Amino acid sequence: MKHLLGTDTLSREDAVLILDTAAQMAATQEREMRKLPTLRGRTVVNLFFEDSTRTRISFEAAAKRLSADVINFSAKGSSLSKGESLKDTALTLQAMGADAVVVRHWASGAAQRLAESDWMAGHVLNAGDGTHQHPTQALLDAFTIRRHLVGGGTDAEATGKALEGLTVAIVGDILHSRVAGSNIPLLKTLGANVVVVAPPTLLPYGMAARTDIAVHYTLDEAIEAHDIDAIMMLRVQRERMTGGGSGFFPSPEEYTRLFGLDAERFARLADHAIVLHPGPMNRGLEISAEAADHPRSVIVEQVSNGVAVRMAALYLLLAGEEASA
Amino acid sequence: MSAFVIENASLYGDTTADLVMVDGEIASLSRADAPAEATVIDGSGLVALPGLVDLHTHLREPGREDAETIESGSRSAAKGGFVAVHAMANTTPTADTAGVVEQVWSRGREIGLVDVFPVGAVTVGLGGTQLSEMGAMANSRAQVRVFSDDGKCVHDPLLMRRALEYVKTFGGVVAQHSQDPRLTEGSQMNEGLVSSELGLAGWPSVAEESIIARDVLLAGHVGSRLHVCHLSTAGSVEIIRWAKAKGIDVTAEVMPHHLLLTDDSVRGYDPRFKVNPPLRTQEDVDAVRAGLADGTIDIVATDHAPHPDEDKDCEWGAAAMGMIGLETALGIVQKTMVDSGALSWRDVARVMSETPARIGLDHGHGRPLAVGEPANVTLVDPNAAWTVEPSHTASRSNNSPFGGIELPGRAAATFLRGVPTHLIPALEGASA
Amino acid sequence: MSGTVLGAPDIARALTRIAHEILERNEGHESLVLLGIPTRGVPLAARLAKRIAEVEPGFDAAANAGALDITMYRDDLRLQPTRTIGETTLPPAGIDDATVVLVDDVFHTGRTIRAALDAIKDLGRPRAVQLAVLVDRGHRELPIRADFVGKNLPTSKSERVDVHLEETDGVDEVLISRRAADTATGEAGE
Repeated sequence: MKHLLGTDTLSREDAVLILDTAAQMAATQEREMRKLPTLRGRTVVNLFFEDSTRTRISFEAAAKRLSADVINFSAKGSSLSKGESLKDTALTLQAMGADAVVVRHWASGAAQRLAESDWMAGHVLNAGDGTHQHPTQALLDAFTIRRHLVGGGTDAEATGKALEGLTVAIVGDILHSRVAGSNIPLLKTLGANVVVVAPPTLLPYGMAARTDIAVHYTLDEAIEAHDIDAIMMLRVQRERMTGGGSGFFPSPEEYTRLFGLDAERFARLADHAIVLHPGPMNRGLEISAEAADHPRSVIVEQVSNGVAVRMAALYLLLAGEEASA
Repeated sequence: MSAFVIENASLYGDTTADLVMVDGEIASLSRADAPAEATVIDGSGLVALPGLVDLHTHLREPGREDAETIESGSRSAAKGGFVAVHAMANTTPTADTAGVVEQVWSRGREIGLVDVFPVGAVTVGLGGTQLSEMGAMANSRAQVRVFSDDGKCVHDPLLMRRALEYVKTFGGVVAQHSQDPRLTEGSQMNEGLVSSELGLAGWPSVAEESIIARDVLLAGHVGSRLHVCHLSTAGSVEIIRWAKAKGIDVTAEVMPHHLLLTDDSVRGYDPRFKVNPPLRTQEDVDAVRAGLADGTIDIVATDHAPHPDEDKDCEWGAAAMGMIGLETALGIVQKTMVDSGALSWRDVARVMSETPARIGLDHGHGRPLAVGEPANVTLVDPNAAWTVEPSHTASRSNNSPFGGIELPGRAAATFLRGVPTHLIPALEGASA
Repeated sequence: MSGTVLGAPDIARALTRIAHEILERNEGHESLVLLGIPTRGVPLAARLAKRIAEVEPGFDAAANAGALDITMYRDDLRLQPTRTIGETTLPPAGIDDATVVLVDDVFHTGRTIRAALDAIKDLGRPRAVQLAVLVDRGHRELPIRADFVGKNLPTSKSERVDVHLEETDGVDEVLISRRAADTATGEAGE
């Protein structure tokens, strides 16, 4: 694997390999000595064109636990103020000797441009590009689901397995969510039944017509129609909801009424169903406190699983021999 | 005396004849009448067409000379077989006054490689709120007849009505860039299955079609001429077809890239494929080809839009929209329309010379290849297969999406009033 | 030399002898932990633990035989395609103060054991670390020695030694053959 740009190009075999490797990494994180010498001498650059303390820290922890050197590069800019050029930044990193670049960018396709241009030679790991993909998030979500629903709570039982037979629901702003952009293809590759819940205004073009996933316009309808094993609540951006007359939704209150995971809806889920959220949460908007803090919520665990999954990704990208491009 | 004779060319791809050009006019169709000192050009195997006219080009001067100047743009146009181009008004300063259009017009004349007809802005500063002094521009030395806010849409329906009515004063035409701004805020590519997959904000077809529908109805209501720029969707073709059937005076243009490329090209996020209106689906490509073949779409124009490297060598969201196209237009039309039999070379003369000249009221252009007419001639070599190399262009910019594509033919020579503005080395002939 | 150098009965006798030697050397089974190095070191460790338990019934074979994956401590990762990481299983009580006996099938350059020692250092602080191998084929590249050896097998560098076990390959045998061309192709142990 030279780059990790998205989950849509991952084979089932590669996806399971990443999950199994993450399980081994997670095991090492249970020890007193959590650091491994595996990537000693390699340099990983966190290239963040968008603020994200959580994700950056997660990648930083992952790299450092494998003894890699970490450089944090925070570039300014947005679609409105171009700021630092991606090309010039990449050329600088190449000159600094970056073996891998973890890149988060506001423009969809930025990670792919970085990987396919001749600006730099290192491995590219997409930490979120615009509204396109966020592969390590989807992988840590799948890892979490697998541990609980396939492994009965442990990774050992789940080794080598995927998510066949499980029904996973993703609820919220699918249109603008790179988390959904990565989760939907990955869950399908791993054999899960995917249920998408969103108002028509927040669905990408053509998704409602798809026959390989189930689409519902309200959460009640989805809970009624499916035995949901894992439910993933996506963060709602208030500004996007009603802002500037191009509101995708009349009001946050109406959103919560139709799509919020409140105590009543939570109670209608199966006894084993788990709740996920990529964070940060809007408590009371897309998810109630009851659901967020319930024992069957794995939201906090997702964060530590994130480090293990990112360790696995860095290991698989960097540890082996350099394949000729 | 300036004298050239093109021997054995196929006029309109139909009849073999000679073209004797003396002092800017076609003097005879027989080499026997050529003056002794005339330079002889071997036209065998070549197709002679009336000089090509581009109704839609961006020359960037004044203001963005880093991307293109009137001179480099003229050179590129001549190389592409064009003898006249209409330069769009979205310059800095905007071409919304007699002063700016006269500046562009005289610069074009000074260089003398193509006739540059400046397009006047419909609204001041392209702001969409106030009509520009179109009368002043029409009466200036530039004699502007085509008005367009291209780059932006004249969105306000009342303003569009006023503009359509007002240009009747001097027989002008409003050329609309049909794009509802509210439906395309932040749009990056065609709205469709590909945009969903790539996570790029979509530019839905309806944003083009709804404006065209409104405009043709307005044009019909006020009895004015309307020209639709860069038509790109199947739905738009149907609306134009309907409008013409109702007798509405509307014309439409299609760009070469919309005849060849689809939104699949955007996979890979290479900004050389970023353009406005965006590349559409195969259904749309098929429909515009059919529309061009049956006359619903009247002309081919290039929308030549130069951009410097840094505006394309970046991530998609940060890139500028547009492609250069003066030198590849003819080859793409031949590849997609002539070689497939949808258009004959006579049709190419119609859609790339006669009709654009008629719409733009370009006197002396789009004339028949006949004795007494101005010697504006494009000699096409339909058997000169070549591979497009974006940096091998007379344009200052290299933003062509066609790099690596093989085109079947190209302009071998271009004559503007009997003077060769472009001549491939193989044709530089000896005297008679 | 090529062909089978050890058959199933030879392997069984060697393992029985090693089990007794481990007990003799450590004066019993107290604090003894056997860690096999994947892949084939793991079943060998399990077999040794079983034999030890047969002689000294107080020894809990299931709890005190485990696995130590050393992939993340190797010094040659960059020279080969990416390796899959294997399981590490330690006794519930950990390895602090234990006598850890590393178990591997083939002892060759010593680099695997060097990586294993680095791994052990991050997992705890045993009282002692010893090494038991089924086959020692020589050609050490580091100053590391084995405490318990099933069979000494002098080989030339151009030969390869393959250990097959019932648990992983369906049969117990040790084979020697000519190495194909130059590159090492996943030969057991190092």
